[in-house]
Amino acid sequence: MFVGRVIGNVVATIKHPALEGRTLLLVQPLTPDGAAQGNPVIALDAAQAGVGDQVLVLDEGNGAAQVFSRPRGPIRTVVVGVVDEVTQG
Amino acid sequence: MHFARVIGTVVCTEKVPVWRGHRLLLVQPTDAHGTPQGRRLVAVDLVSSAPGQHVFYVRGREAATALSDAENPADAAIVGIVDDVRDARDVRGGGV
Repeated sequence: MFVGRVIGNVVATIKHPALEGRTLLLVQPLTPDGAAQGNPVIALDAAQAGVGDQVLVLDEGNGAAQVFSRPRGPIRTVVVGVVDEVTQG
Repeated sequence: MHFARVIGTVVCTEKVPVWRGHRLLLVQPTDAHGTPQGRRLVAVDLVSSAPGQHVFYVRGREAATALSDAENPADAAIVGIVDDVRDARDVRGGGV
């Protein structure tokens, strides 16, 4: 899992059936210090997250299938929590 | 999932039988706004996308599970066509 920030959302009319009815969030991965790191990714929402939220993102398919109680499909990146606080040290 | 632009088609007469009926497309990974980023790759197309379109794809084992028969060797699969990216940073004019 990694920590990121929700910076927007993605609209896609044509998509794989496994993605139907899911919110596609645009998530910017962050360093532990909160700085942007790498390119934003598209994640499915399982935590009612919104723009501006710092979130915990799962990036593995077996866990993603469990989160949505579905058989394995092309779902791998899922917002699974809204982060209240990260402390280091 | 990651953004990419479809830039071509890869034709293989001989291929893994389970891929028959699916197209293999050459894609250029991009950022959220379509700017090219990194190395091109070949992905199985699940959404009838066409060259020039902004799409998103899934990498790894989950790509294979996008096909009805998950027992196949795909490591990248196009699973959606981007209509719109709403990036709040563009509206607010600030960073994250």
